[in-house]
Amino acid sequence: MTRRAAHQAQARRKALRIGAGSTIAVFAAVVVFVPMAPGWPAVQRSFFNAEVLQRTFPGLLDAFVLDVMIFAWSAPAIAILGLLVAIARDLRSPAFFPIRLLATVYTDVFRGLPVILVIYLIGFGIPGLGLPRPWNSPYIWGSLALVLVYSAYVAEVIRSGIDSIHRSQRAAALSLGLGHGDTMRFVILPQALRNVLPANMNLVVALQKDVALLSFVGPVEIFRQAGVYKSLYANFTPYVGAALIFLIITIPATRYADYLLQKQRQRQG
Amino acid sequence: MNTLLTSAVALLIATTTAQAGGHGCAAGKTLTDGTLTIATGNPAYYPWVMNDAPESKEGFEAAVAYAVANEMGFDDDAVTWVRTSFDEAIQPGAKNFDVNMQQYSITPEREMMVDFSLPYYTSAMAVLTTGKVISAGAEPTLESLRGLLWGAAATTTAVPMLAEIAPNRDPMLYNDNTDVTAAIAANQIDAALFDLPTALFLSAVMVEDGALLGQFPADRSEAPDQFGMLMEEGNPLRDCVNAAITSLTDSGALAEIEATWLQSATGVPVIE
Amino acid sequence: MLRLEAVNKSFGANKVLDGIDLEVAKGEMVCLIGASGSGKSTLLRCVNLLEPIDDGTIWFDGQDIADPDLDPQPIRQRIGIVFQSFNLFPHMTAMENVMLAPRRIKRLSRASLHASISTLFDRFGLSDRMGHYPDQLSGGQQQRVAIIRALAMQPEIMLFDEITSALDPELVAEVLDVLRALHSEGMTMIMATHEIGFARELSDRICFLDGGRILEQGPPSKVIDDPQEARTRAFLSRVF
Repeated sequence: MTRRAAHQAQARRKALRIGAGSTIAVFAAVVVFVPMAPGWPAVQRSFFNAEVLQRTFPGLLDAFVLDVMIFAWSAPAIAILGLLVAIARDLRSPAFFPIRLLATVYTDVFRGLPVILVIYLIGFGIPGLGLPRPWNSPYIWGSLALVLVYSAYVAEVIRSGIDSIHRSQRAAALSLGLGHGDTMRFVILPQALRNVLPANMNLVVALQKDVALLSFVGPVEIFRQAGVYKSLYANFTPYVGAALIFLIITIPATRYADYLLQKQRQRQG
Repeated sequence: MNTLLTSAVALLIATTTAQAGGHGCAAGKTLTDGTLTIATGNPAYYPWVMNDAPESKEGFEAAVAYAVANEMGFDDDAVTWVRTSFDEAIQPGAKNFDVNMQQYSITPEREMMVDFSLPYYTSAMAVLTTGKVISAGAEPTLESLRGLLWGAAATTTAVPMLAEIAPNRDPMLYNDNTDVTAAIAANQIDAALFDLPTALFLSAVMVEDGALLGQFPADRSEAPDQFGMLMEEGNPLRDCVNAAITSLTDSGALAEIEATWLQSATGVPVIE
Repeated sequence: MLRLEAVNKSFGANKVLDGIDLEVAKGEMVCLIGASGSGKSTLLRCVNLLEPIDDGTIWFDGQDIADPDLDPQPIRQRIGIVFQSFNLFPHMTAMENVMLAPRRIKRLSRASLHASISTLFDRFGLSDRMGHYPDQLSGGQQQRVAIIRALAMQPEIMLFDEITSALDPELVAEVLDVLRALHSEGMTMIMATHEIGFARELSDRICFLDGGRILEQGPPSKVIDDPQEARTRAFLSRVF
């Protein structure tokens, strides 16, 4: 037993040595060899230009506030609409057939369209019908486009969560005399939403990035601001700066989503 | 009209090829020996290139390109066209063009990354809007302009210029001219800033009820909007291009091309 | 109290209940025995209106509850059912599982429910398990919580669908004890079961189901100890 433990410890040390060694080797290769490439100075000047970064970073941070705001008002709307659509798709009674059909068509259409197309169509198209200001604002219609697309995804995720709850749970609730509404609200949804939390976290991360697409219909958020700087300085470094700011937000969110997923796997044994 | 234009260009070409003397200068400095590779946009826009066909030599930049090429000693046949985006034009690494012409404004910041020729055109900036906005009381004064809701194409020098105007509300920025006109049509912005030839074209063709509210004349400020040919930094061809442009400017040929292809804007009020 | 008349039920081409006639009097305990697929579970689920019947009548307290125009909710509140697989709500504690239906349907507050429900937990030996989640309970404990959950609605009749089949043998007894207690209190019960010994001990009447029909019924002394039908004898010899 002790010999076995000693052997395992040795194997662990060896694995650790190999892991650390290979990591260092890869890093060294990147740090040493990439700058040896003949085009490196030009790439460095165009993408990793400290001076340009220094001059544009505060402006990028300013513009990022708009991304955060768009996210802040879109995310709750997406959660609510996604939930409503998921519930609509689960309505069983024949009387609700039109609603169920509408919800199905909605999710199919909006999951099938590129986000950017929807943003263009709704962001320019609906205001073009002649709405008065401020009701033609690209903030409103651009955000609505994001909400429509993401709600379709969220609805599908939630629906898969509802489907994952065994029929017997519904039967048990109904057998106690609970109505369909109470059954959904107290028995099915709490379990379904918990099951799909990691999947929804991934959508949250995706949404954090896709708010930048609103820039296509006018708002100057970080991605657009970076583009302006790029044009101004003929340099790509502002994009790298914008990417850094995005990563500061999205990496923790992604880690958290992974953590939730792992926790759920453990719970389900 | 068309025959007149063609013959004017033909005349230009005839005069410039006669003076050919730059060939020695450019020898061995182009991507392909004996050929000058020129980049334009994809697509290239009126009135800079007509019908998206620079080979036709029609349109201001197309005509200038051939004039400069001839001046440098390249026959018309020795000119090759490629297409690039702005991003491709400034990306590091080997370029697929000798010179790139698509209304690139010369700025000191850009010159740190790429090389520009001497300017071949100095543009006024103009305010594109609609008749509705003008009848609602917009005037060609800075005071009045500040009250408008502004838009511009994000990669143009209209953006820093807008910052100078300092409008009361943050301007909206768009990917390209088409999106700017879409925003005007949707009444999401009141006005947009473009170089004058582009503004004239858009107001006449693209924007319903389009109108020019006013222009900022090219000589208005210490940093006028000047278009130059973009080259990879350190391109030895630059001196040859500059010599050709200087010669075309001095001979008046450049002004002639401008008069042929770019509408005069005397009717557009000047903004004080 | 409950009377089924010519009840038919098919799943596709498969006839699961074939002309069932069954009457259960108040306070009576009826056990349904028979092979898997003989229709025991479906019969119980139809009585609870979890499955609609194709034709026939189910009289409950003088009312035809099989009428498709009837709202099933108030009926189900009066008919408790316990399932083979417990079906507790895993995201709620035992106490919350039991409280949910009375709170939502009878609009009773947690505080007012707490005393009576605690008594139920106490009676079935689970007073120290009220705050536990289902996955912290043994199978026998879960099944007892499920019974308490059904009883909390104060049903007039209880249906038990093979409630000991999923349990380890040593846990079966604690659940059967609960049934003994309920029977002694006069609860009307129908129970589908494989526990032939228990059925013989406790039930007033035993029905042997075969192919969706009640082939033979009567007191345990007749059906189990002296079966008339060959198929009943064959079944009993296999399980007993």
